[in-house]
Amino acid sequence: MKEKSKVMDKEAIDKALERIAHEIIEHFEDLDDIAVIGIKNRGAHLAQRLALKIGRITKKNPPVGALDITLYRDDLTQVAEQPVVHATEIDFTIEGRNIVLVDDVLFTGRTIRCALDALIDFGRPGCIQLAVLVDRGHRELPIKADYVGKNVPTSADELVEVRLAETDGKDEVVLCQKTS
Amino acid sequence: MNNKFVWTKKDLLGLEYLSAEEIKFILYTAGSFKEVTTRQIKKVPALRGKTVVNLFYEPSTRTRASFELAAKRLSADVLNIAVESSSVKKGETLMDTGKNIEALKIDIIVVRHNCSGAPQILARSVSSSIVNAGDGWHEHPTQALLDIFTLKEKLGKIEGLRVSIIGDIAHSRVARSNIWGLTKLGAKVTVCAPEMLIPEGIEKMGVKTTTNLDEALEGADAINVLRMQFERDAAVAFPSKLEYLKNYGITTERLAKCKKDIVVMHPGPINRGVEMSSEVADGKNSVILEQVTNGIAVRMAVLYLVSAAKDKPGGLK
Repeated sequence: MKEKSKVMDKEAIDKALERIAHEIIEHFEDLDDIAVIGIKNRGAHLAQRLALKIGRITKKNPPVGALDITLYRDDLTQVAEQPVVHATEIDFTIEGRNIVLVDDVLFTGRTIRCALDALIDFGRPGCIQLAVLVDRGHRELPIKADYVGKNVPTSADELVEVRLAETDGKDEVVLCQKTS
Repeated sequence: MNNKFVWTKKDLLGLEYLSAEEIKFILYTAGSFKEVTTRQIKKVPALRGKTVVNLFYEPSTRTRASFELAAKRLSADVLNIAVESSSVKKGETLMDTGKNIEALKIDIIVVRHNCSGAPQILARSVSSSIVNAGDGWHEHPTQALLDIFTLKEKLGKIEGLRVSIIGDIAHSRVARSNIWGLTKLGAKVTVCAPEMLIPEGIEKMGVKTTTNLDEALEGADAINVLRMQFERDAAVAFPSKLEYLKNYGITTERLAKCKKDIVVMHPGPINRGVEMSSEVADGKNSVILEQVTNGIAVRMAVLYLVSAAKDKPGGLK
């Protein structure tokens, strides 16, 4: 894999999350009912940051959860290495709540479909909205994000890598070229 | 847990054949499945479309029920075959039974057999995943995994723990699997029983042996009390049940001399008043029912991992 260009730096990521936080606040009339749930691993870290920003702006801290979707994947036999199953951490009821689901990159939409299945196994939320840091296109399912940090048009042989301080030591989004 | 770890074994035949890293990986995965068992909807679609067969040549309640529930909570279809009422009674061999079951297009066979090594024979004969649910006096890997999982949950670690296994060591597949698992993870294991129930040469597995219960209890962080297997020939090792309780039974008085937070385990079923008094079995140090609950999470992890390994392109083994 070869790095082609940096799409977002630390500041751009922070600004995008700040804007998404404001958009979420504007959208929901009652902030007491919202919860932010990130898809592990990087989506969960982004969810934490987003919730902090919402809390700082509104003085109301929404509950934050982390969702592991490994057991819901429909492509386990196709991936070269089976993913490690991590625990889902949602210690509040999602029944009737307005959920903001967070992930780092929106691509085919299959991850989000799995996440919707997984979430609904925890109860019946009032609504689920989707926030992503990067939308790179190439959807294979009818799924659309409600909040997008940055649209990054890509070709099929490119990859978008989101690196976060929590997992990778620094914040950046990089466009990479697949090498055979 | 390392995100890059890949489980590659299509079968789970015993803990003797696993590395410490593989055992830790099963325990880690089981932790994630325990979260699933605490949900309101205790079911995930991970094994949807797969079929698990429970092939039990020996009577079993909790292990069979635990495997069945584990498979169902992974959304697999489950077929239970109790050999007492099957064609095996007409003389069919284990391999023929296995091949016929496989012809039904199943994915995993969970097998319990009274002969040591039966799951190994089956694993060589069929391409389905084989999970050992207890073979003769050899191994009972998922029981040991759930024992170790429960210990880790209670005491936070395994390395450096002092664990005493008390009772019918000679006939116990649970003891053997526990010894393999615990010693590989760095625990110090002592086995304690009347002399006739300690197999010769067991020290080679890295354990200390004693016939003195007080010695086994002193300084122990946990005790795993085994059932006296009267249906085998354990009863010849001591004069009476009362005599056994007096010399090797875990009573409130004996527990009072142990570490305050000592963990008391038993794989079940308990002979109350023989290897353990009711006060101890139901007391605050007992984790016996938690072991049963954890068994489902551990078995979900095992079924999930062997199934994923079998499905890999190239047929990883």
